[in-house]
Amino acid sequence: MNRLLPFIGFMLLVGLFGFGIWWNTRHDPNAIPTPLLNKPAPAFNLPKLYEPAQTVSKADLLGQPYLLNVFASWCIECGVEHPVLQAAAPTLGVKLVGYNYKDAPADAKAWLAAHGSPYALLIADESGQTAIDFGVYGAPESFLIDARGVIRYKHIGPITPEILATKVKPAIAAMLKEAP
Amino acid sequence: MGNREWETATHERHASPLACIPEHIAHARLDPLDESRIPNPESRHTTMTPELGQLALILALLLALAQGVLPLIGAWRGNRALMAVARPAAAGQAVFVAFAFGILVWAFVHFDFSVQYVADNSNLELPWYYRVAAVWGAHEGSLLLWILILNVWTVALAAFSQKLPEVFASRVLAVMGLIAVGFLAFIVFTSDPFGRLLPMPGDGADLNPVLQDPGMTIHPPVLYTGYVGFSVAFAFAIAGLLGGELEQAWVRWARPWTNVAWAFLTLGIVAGSWWAYAELGWGGWWFWDPVENASFMPWLVGAALIHAQAVTEKRGSLRAWTILLSIFAFSLSLLGTFLVRSGVLTSVHAFASDPRRGVFILAFLTIVVGGSLLLYALRAPKVVGGKSFKVVSRETALLIGNLMFAVAAAMVLLGTLFPLIGDALNLGRISVGPPYFGFLFPLLMAPVVLLMPFGPFLRWGKGDASVLKSLLLRVLIAALACAIIAAFLVDGKLKAIVGVAAATWIAAGVLLYAYKRWREAPRGRRYPGEMAGMLLAHLGVAVFVVGVLLSESLSVTRDVRMAPGEIQHIGSYDFRFDGVHRVTGPNWKADQGVVTVTRDGKQIIVMHPQKRTYPRGQVQTESAVDAGAFRDLYVALGEPMDAGNIEGAWALRLYYKPFIRWIWGGGLLMMLGGFTCAADKRFRVRRAAAVREDLLPQETRA
Repeated sequence: MNRLLPFIGFMLLVGLFGFGIWWNTRHDPNAIPTPLLNKPAPAFNLPKLYEPAQTVSKADLLGQPYLLNVFASWCIECGVEHPVLQAAAPTLGVKLVGYNYKDAPADAKAWLAAHGSPYALLIADESGQTAIDFGVYGAPESFLIDARGVIRYKHIGPITPEILATKVKPAIAAMLKEAP
Repeated sequence: MGNREWETATHERHASPLACIPEHIAHARLDPLDESRIPNPESRHTTMTPELGQLALILALLLALAQGVLPLIGAWRGNRALMAVARPAAAGQAVFVAFAFGILVWAFVHFDFSVQYVADNSNLELPWYYRVAAVWGAHEGSLLLWILILNVWTVALAAFSQKLPEVFASRVLAVMGLIAVGFLAFIVFTSDPFGRLLPMPGDGADLNPVLQDPGMTIHPPVLYTGYVGFSVAFAFAIAGLLGGELEQAWVRWARPWTNVAWAFLTLGIVAGSWWAYAELGWGGWWFWDPVENASFMPWLVGAALIHAQAVTEKRGSLRAWTILLSIFAFSLSLLGTFLVRSGVLTSVHAFASDPRRGVFILAFLTIVVGGSLLLYALRAPKVVGGKSFKVVSRETALLIGNLMFAVAAAMVLLGTLFPLIGDALNLGRISVGPPYFGFLFPLLMAPVVLLMPFGPFLRWGKGDASVLKSLLLRVLIAALACAIIAAFLVDGKLKAIVGVAAATWIAAGVLLYAYKRWREAPRGRRYPGEMAGMLLAHLGVAVFVVGVLLSESLSVTRDVRMAPGEIQHIGSYDFRFDGVHRVTGPNWKADQGVVTVTRDGKQIIVMHPQKRTYPRGQVQTESAVDAGAFRDLYVALGEPMDAGNIEGAWALRLYYKPFIRWIWGGGLLMMLGGFTCAADKRFRVRRAAAVREDLLPQETRA
């Protein structure tokens, strides 16, 4: 029996991953609707990453649509997404706002210094309190928020070139067409 | 291409090779193809050769099947003709795989963008040496490299196993053949590197810029050589299990192979760490990144394995444990290969749109690992074999070390898979990160460091406690003395003092043992390869400990804004920023900073950190490093303070890193130890009959 233990342990692991693959072929994680979709974004008031003395609130950003990108230096997938955002930022059509999530400001700054910053504005949510209101359950996530402060689109996970082309850009285009 | 969509969706963004490229910096390819660029028909060739490559892989697969199945049947039925198939089949398979690999290299060198893989990973501006390295720059090609290296190991094994018993050698080669079957089938059915792209584009995309570095071109092959090398120890263990209780001599034959594989893996990890340090601009040398962990787990188990093999070979004990470690070392190599290559590390959703690869990988791992663990359960030596040992004995010391290494590997595995498990069950993303590893790993390694001086002094079976007392006294005095001296030099920084004490502790043990051998053993037999290798590797650990703890506690990092002409003082060094200008390379443009470092008014070096932009818009930091035996000076260029004005002030990172080079120095010593040990004359198999005679465990040498 003892000698079977490594085998049993391994098969349990296999079962877990098999289940994971099976589950994911049936459930697109991005298909989960966010309860906030087409609802006003939660109010927030967060310090700027580079000038913590100044804060930015939801009201400050009204009147202009923006893509709120939740990222963190500790987040592996954010590094995957980062160059995509960097290349896309100039042609996105909306302002790209960086939402630094549960991160030490020094780490975030170092990370941005190393990889460059595509963000027009950077706000920091060091404690992650405000992110709870947004329903963020991990980084990266991205929220498309229109000029009236309504969440129009949400993407969970890294924005890949494909998702950018097939999901994010069409969502932006639809929003801009509707409210010029 | 059927899976074109999948390609862009998932694996492109995991374009880092198996290498220790932290995923968080693995840049994605941006726009697939820039149609506006003028195609240059002269430089591109379309031929039939890619199809020849495909054909060669299919033929190799058939030969691998023959190599994997026929000799096993032969060994079972006692049919020598079937057993004799192993060697020619292995040789033929190697020829076809090498041919296919050559075809892919040729396609890259000649810009054959009609091959999808070439178009995805190279372009007209990429210099030839990076086009060759681009062969293993992404998923398909690195699998091809994997199988090529497996074939090199197999051919070596076929050549050097001729003096082994025929039945055993054919079983070993058959296991190698079966592994090859799995990989070749994976390539042929799910990851064809020769798939065509029609219409043929005018130019390709780009090789991931983080890979465009000399270190990165050789790092994956070296790392793979280590990874794949564990397949030999694995094949020996499986053949031993198949042979049953009588087949115990395999451990001795497996030892040099395991040591060589481990040494290569060590070199690969050192190279990856050095590259990360030099290239990433963070000044760090290890990030506990999943990609690094993937190479570190087999290393840890491999370190345990080479020690366990020594015990089993010499004393016959720990046999089951050695078999289990052989299985685990190779299983973790496989897991590492697939985890990193498949993109599953960043998300199990990597398989959402094309589950074929995921299912194949899972099935392959289940057959290889599950099958061998089942075989272990059924056939592992039932009786506790070998000579008994007392609590105070070399076996005990090695066993504790072994357990610590195994637990550390399990800890790393848990930390690496934990986010994946959470992801697989849709519990959300859980990241454990460096604090978890950084706390647990030193804790688990502390007993190893404490025991290290004593192991060699202890006798097999029953050690002499009185020897230990005098030894303890000596190393303790040495460690304390050095720690006290160090305390004054490092300003009382605890971590650095601990580092000096621990390193002295180990080094004193190593030197005392070397001295003991010098005094007691007859000339010419003082330091056989095995012992010299052990001493070198253990000394490497001491050097490594100095590097880690001193560099971590004494490093100075400055994030500063500097205008041209400004000076920053770090210790006795003055860093003067002399502005930034534009430079151009073969396929990049860069902002290059000039930083002049002086000490006591004397110029030490002029450093040129760069911020490179590659044709597809990817930005890559090239740090400038002034290396020294006792300290590194390191400058990374950040961003201009005023985006439009590169001649103004810049954000810079300045580092002063004492002893950091000792980290890699220690790693290289460990590697040298592994090779030296493998070169021991004792491991050379003389002839089958002679080996048969000493199936009994050898008497202790020291």
